Amino acid sequence: MKLIVSDIWKSYNGNAVLKDCSFSFDSNNTYALMGPNGSGKSTFLRICSLLEEPDKGEINYFSGENILKKDIGLRRRITLVLPKVGMFNTTVLKNVAYGLKVRGMGRKEIEERASNALEFVGLTHKRDQNALTLSSGEAQRLGIARAIVIEPEIIFLDEPTASIDMKNTKIIEDIIIKMKEQKGTIIILTTHDIAQAERLAEKILLMNEGKIISIPPF
Amino acid sequence: MTGFRVKHGMTKCNMETLTEGFRKALSLILNLDKELLGIICLSLKVSGLALLISTALGLPIGALMGLKRFPLRGVVVSFMNTFMGLPPVVVGLFVYLLLSRSGPLGFMGLLYTPSAMVIAQTILAFPIVTSLSHSAIVSVDPIMQQASITLGATSSQVTLTIIGEARYGIMSGVIAAFGRVMAEVGAILIVGGNIAGYTRVMTTTIALETDKGNFELAIALGIILLLISLSINIFLHLIQKKSMIRTK
Repeated sequence: MKLIVSDIWKSYNGNAVLKDCSFSFDSNNTYALMGPNGSGKSTFLRICSLLEEPDKGEINYFSGENILKKDIGLRRRITLVLPKVGMFNTTVLKNVAYGLKVRGMGRKEIEERASNALEFVGLTHKRDQNALTLSSGEAQRLGIARAIVIEPEIIFLDEPTASIDMKNTKIIEDIIIKMKEQKGTIIILTTHDIAQAERLAEKILLMNEGKIISIPPF
Repeated sequence: MTGFRVKHGMTKCNMETLTEGFRKALSLILNLDKELLGIICLSLKVSGLALLISTALGLPIGALMGLKRFPLRGVVVSFMNTFMGLPPVVVGLFVYLLLSRSGPLGFMGLLYTPSAMVIAQTILAFPIVTSLSHSAIVSVDPIMQQASITLGATSSQVTLTIIGEARYGIMSGVIAAFGRVMAEVGAILIVGGNIAGYTRVMTTTIALETDKGNFELAIALGIILLLISLSINIFLHLIQKKSMIRTK
């Protein structure tokens, strides 16, 4: 087991979004989390990636360390790609380098790893362009490059293909499949597209009434 | 009829004075007149130092106001916005009372020194830098903060990232503050005393020389002030143009 979520509760203005939510995620697996809008998928991802704190509950991963301790070293082993990527007003390369720079890596290593990540998502030709000029599909690919460059053990992808065209959806799906094959990380993504969930994930989960339930394979 | 003749005569005289003033002013500028250069240098020194201090204080406070939640935050923001329009003469009066011999800081002997002028200009520039830095920081998309957290930034790295994202807005604020203190005359006249070769700067010299009827130096300094103002505006325009990329 690599990630164990136990009895997570979260409410906004008295409305419970997550109710006693528990699940165990295995290593080297990809999970697709599905459910209607407002079912708590994004909240679940934001809590697991430490963007938000739950009202109650525990998240343990990597040999029982509690993620809620907010240990920066522990936090740096996971990442979340937001649906709206949030690009820094600088070049594409510097956007990718950000996660390495905050970890205090050397310039040469940053340059090399960032270039590799850009190649991985097919954005090498845009490396010196301002990231704010990218299309939404390219921006999403940049978001993934920023995430994989830090070599996390768990990547959360919140609706990675929402509001992008079919061509870019295909490109991003191919990148996710390539990530599964090469990187060996736990990937947990949210989607509304059941066909996409089947294409990308080994396990499909459904968020229902603030709880996660596993759907057996079709 | 006499009144008209007198008025017409005065206009003619003023035009001649103006032309002659311009001619002499250009000669002063082109010959790099020592007195002129001294005044410009002191102006830049006083305003530059005031800007440096107000930025060193105003930027962190603006960032704090923009990024942290604390009691009476709204009141502090409103006060800062109000202080952006502080009348220079009121600031001059306030600093004068503080630094005058009978004032609480009179023992420091700063009145009628360049230091007093720096203090007055810092008080004028500080709310501008603080308020505009705060505005620039709150206008950064909150998603940027979340993005930096998810990429492993510590809280101080997140703060620096947000300040970096707001850099064009902050620079605009700093430049606007510089424009304000460079053009200001009321406060520094009161606390500096306009002493030749010591506290006489561009704006106070213009006021004094105009009173005396010595237009050439006043015009020369006026031209230089306009050129500085033009440079500031061009720089601001370039910053705004560069930041426009965000909205594309």
